[in-house]
Order: sequence, then C-alpha cells, then structure tokens
Amino acid sequence: MSLTLQDVKRVATLARIAVTDDEAVAYQQQLNGIFGLIAEMQAVDTAGVEPMSHAQELSQRLRDDLVTETDQHEKFQTIAPQVEGGLYLVPQVIE
Amino acid sequence: MINTSLKQLAALLGEKKISSVELTQVYLDRIATLNPELNAFITLNEAVSLADARAADARIAAGNAAPLTGIPLAHKDIFCADGWRTTCGSRMLENFIAPYDAHVVSQCKAAGMVTLGKTNMDEFAMGSSNETSYYGAVKNPWDKRAVPGGSSGGSAAAVAARLAPVATGTDTGGSIRQPAALTGITGLKPTYGVVSRYGMIAFASSLDQAGPMAKSAEDCALLMNVMAGYDERDSTSLERPAEDYTRDLDRPLAGLRIGLPREYFAEGLSADVAAAVDAALAEYRKLGATTVDISLPNTKLSIPVYYVLAPAEASSNLSRFDGVRYGYRAPEYGDLTDMYEKSRAQGFGTEVKRRIMIGTYVLSHGYYDAYYMQAQKIRRLIAQDFAEAFRQCDIIMGPTSPDTAFDFGDKSGDPVAMYLSDIYTIAVNLAGLPGMSVPCGTGSNGRPVGLQLIGNYFSEAKMLGVAHQYQLATDWHTRMPENI
Repeated sequence: MSLTLQDVKRVATLARIAVTDDEAVAYQQQLNGIFGLIAEMQAVDTAGVEPMSHAQELSQRLRDDLVTETDQHEKFQTIAPQVEGGLYLVPQVIE
Repeated sequence: MINTSLKQLAALLGEKKISSVELTQVYLDRIATLNPELNAFITLNEAVSLADARAADARIAAGNAAPLTGIPLAHKDIFCADGWRTTCGSRMLENFIAPYDAHVVSQCKAAGMVTLGKTNMDEFAMGSSNETSYYGAVKNPWDKRAVPGGSSGGSAAAVAARLAPVATGTDTGGSIRQPAALTGITGLKPTYGVVSRYGMIAFASSLDQAGPMAKSAEDCALLMNVMAGYDERDSTSLERPAEDYTRDLDRPLAGLRIGLPREYFAEGLSADVAAAVDAALAEYRKLGATTVDISLPNTKLSIPVYYVLAPAEASSNLSRFDGVRYGYRAPEYGDLTDMYEKSRAQGFGTEVKRRIMIGTYVLSHGYYDAYYMQAQKIRRLIAQDFAEAFRQCDIIMGPTSPDTAFDFGDKSGDPVAMYLSDIYTIAVNLAGLPGMSVPCGTGSNGRPVGLQLIGNYFSEAKMLGVAHQYQLATDWHTRMPENI
C-alpha cells in the first residue's frame, strides 16, 4: 500500500494542517517510508485476540455531578490569542 | 556539592550546614555558565527559584521539613507549572504561561522542593534525539557532537552535567530511559497509572507516564516517593496504598532470577553496548543473581504497533491546538478553517505534523480495522510475551538502546531510522510495565551505555533495589563528563 499525493492532501485537510505542494511531496515520501514499517503488522495472525486499548484495564471512574471548578476565565483568557468582553474572537462563521 | 546524593543534601539542609538558598544558587550559577552551550533549559526564572528556596529554608527553620524540602529540581517542559512558561518544546506554546500546576509539580511544591527551571525536550515529546525542539537541540555533556537522546534530553543533560541534582521526565516510548542511557544517568519509568498525568501535556495518553531522572537509583526512589500517588483528576490514576520506594534498597540480590530476552541481544546491537551490558550481568552474577534465557518473540512488532497507536492518540490529543483559546495563532488568515490550518501549519514542527497525519490516516474511515484494531491486538500479544517471561524470572535485563549516543544529523533526515533506535524500550510502554535505565559503562567513543531493567507491574521498589545494589558495587553512576 502506498499513499498518493491526493491521499496526503486529504489527510492534511482532515488534520487541519495547511501544506504546500512541495511539502505534500515530502510528506508523501516520508509517510510511505513509515507505512512501509507499519506494514510488518499486516502479516500477523490475530484471529481471536482481544484488542488491548490500555495497560490497566479499568472501568471508567465516575465522579459526583457537582461543580468543582471555580470561575477563572480572566486568568485563562490572559493567554488567549484574541479576546474581547470575555469572549474568544474568531473569524465570522455565520453570515 | 554537585556530586552529593539527595540523602546527603537533605541531611546537610536539615543540620543547617547549608541553606536551600545557597544550594539553589550553586545550581543557578552552574546553569548560567554551562547552559548557554548545552541548551538543557528552555525557561529559567531565578527570582522564583530563590523565592522557593527562601520558603524552604523557613520551613526547615520551623521544623516541619519533608524529606526533600529545599532540594532544587528541574521539570521537563511538558509539565504545567503555574506562572511558568510551559512550551512542550513547541512554537505552538511559545508564549503559553501555564495557569495551573500539574499534579507532579504540585507534589514537588508540597514537598518543599525548589523549581530550578523547565528543561528542553523534543517537540510534544516526539523524538529520540532532542533535534525536534523548536528551541534548538540539547547537547550531550559527554560529547557536544552527540545527541542527548530524547525526548527528555534536557532533563537528562541537566542531571548529567550537574545543572540540577534531580529532574522529572516523561516516557511514552522510551523518553526517560533512552536519554538516561545516552547521558549516563539513572531514570525510571513507573508502571502506567502510578504517577498522575494531570497537567502533563498529553502525547499518547494510554502510554505516557512520568518518572524521576537522577544520578542514582537511591535518588530516583526518593523522588518517586514525592511524584507517585493517586490523583482523582487523572482518570487512569490508580487507587493504591502509598508506597515507600526506598524500602527494598538494601535487599540483597541472592536468588534473583534475571531474564535475558534473546531478541535484545540479537543483530542490531552494537559491540560496545553488548560488552558493557555483559559486564554488568557478570557483576550481577557475582552479587548472587542467576540469569536465564527468555524470549519476547513479538519485540520487533512493537515499533509498527507503536507508530500506529501513538500517532493515533496524538492526532486526537493535539486537535486541541486550534489557535482559539491558547497557543499560537497565525498572523494572517481568511476564514475560520484557514485560521486553523495556518496556525497549525506554522505552530507545529515537521515531526509533529508527520505524526498527526499518520494518526489521522490510521483512524480515518476504511482504515481503522486494518491499522488501529490490528495494532491493539498485537499490543495484547506483546503484553502476553512479558507475562509469559515473568513466569521464568523476577526481572528482565538488556540494553536500553542499541548504540551509544549518535551524532547530530545522523538520523534526523530519516524518521524510520530514528524510530528503530527505540526497539528495546517501546514494548514496555505498550505493556504498561515499569522500566529503568542504569549507567553500566562507556563505548570506545567514551559515550555512556545504559543497562535496562524491566520489572513486573508495581515492582518499582524491587527494581530500584536491584539497581541500587549494582550501584553499591560499581561506580559508573558516579562518573560525570569532564570539560563540559
């Protein structure tokens, strides 16, 4: 299996990373090298093996549905790229 | 002073033979002299460090000191520390001042330890050489042409060059153990879930684990006592009774069965590393241990499995960096999507973008079963290999890294070659086991060699004891680089 230039551009779009045509060519070559390594997995017979998602297989711990956080929006917004009146500013989304 | 153990430093502080302010100043002065070339620290704040030290001195004077009160330490720049710039080695977080403390940081503060600064690292902990840091690579104090390893290369170099008595690190695929090996220090990656990940910037959440990096196993044990413990803010933190990680330091080794995985001594291992590891094993036999040949047949598959699972988790974790609430935003953009795409393209470095793309691809529609599912199934086979091995031995030993530190540029152009250098460390993370690296010699190039110890789940205290007994009988861990 190998990724086409189109695959690379599609993945970059899904990952929300802008790539130039030159960068896409470089990524294509590097990603295909890495997928060459990953391909070693495909020959392994894993019929009947349970997937392991986690080292310690625990059930998800739940907490009481209580407010535990205090309002720190001013502190948090001092490190935001663009803020006005307590709101995060982004380009207009709805016309 | 700089070669003194934590236990001795704590005694000197307790007897008021030295103050924490004086001790902190010793290290700040060394950092000022040596860091411009080594580049082990990204961020320093002398005023804050000295304020921490004054508070520690007051606590000691008041008679309520904890064992490590007044001891300075360096934090890997992956840990959020309230008021400290926390970059994770990335341009994305160049101006990010953490608004809260990671659990590890708050534990160290509660113990009265002094923060010396934030150490350099591969960007978002993705790398084995420190060459992916946006802030420039760390140099190996043993040989400045060589990499310090990664991703906790700044913490490793800081301890090796005695710019800090002890440091924190994190290990997702070897990022504590490999730099510890390449810089001649001792490092421990605990069992997954023993140290809270709260406030530790996430790379691959099912693999990431924090641990101590120090001059000796005894020092690692003392810092583990501070770092470990249950924290409800990390959903995978394990609720277990508190442990004293120093409890087995004096336990003799007679009867210890050491498993030697034949896959760790096969082709690809350099002669220098093999010779140093063999000498260490001979020392262990002299101390009363026996060795037994074992097999971890799926070792080779750990690399492809890791390079599916870790990027998959990373692509999800790093989606939070969107240029909206914090982090880098591109100076010019059109609509919202353009803002995301440009901010991420400019804020992330090449290796991080490569891994996000791999992760996005393997999780995308139509490929999930072939990659992600298959990798998770082989992950179980890898964990079962270890379970089988621990029926025949008490601890596993082998090399930490196939070679001594390589030169800058040797592997940075070839991601696959870089990935293969983690062959002996990655499986431990996939299984969630504890692993250590202990200095055991040098190669013909004078660069350090690390012996890897792999223990069963929750056997950190035993492993630290096994390492400490070796360090009582040998002096590799006491050696420090000359002419730094």
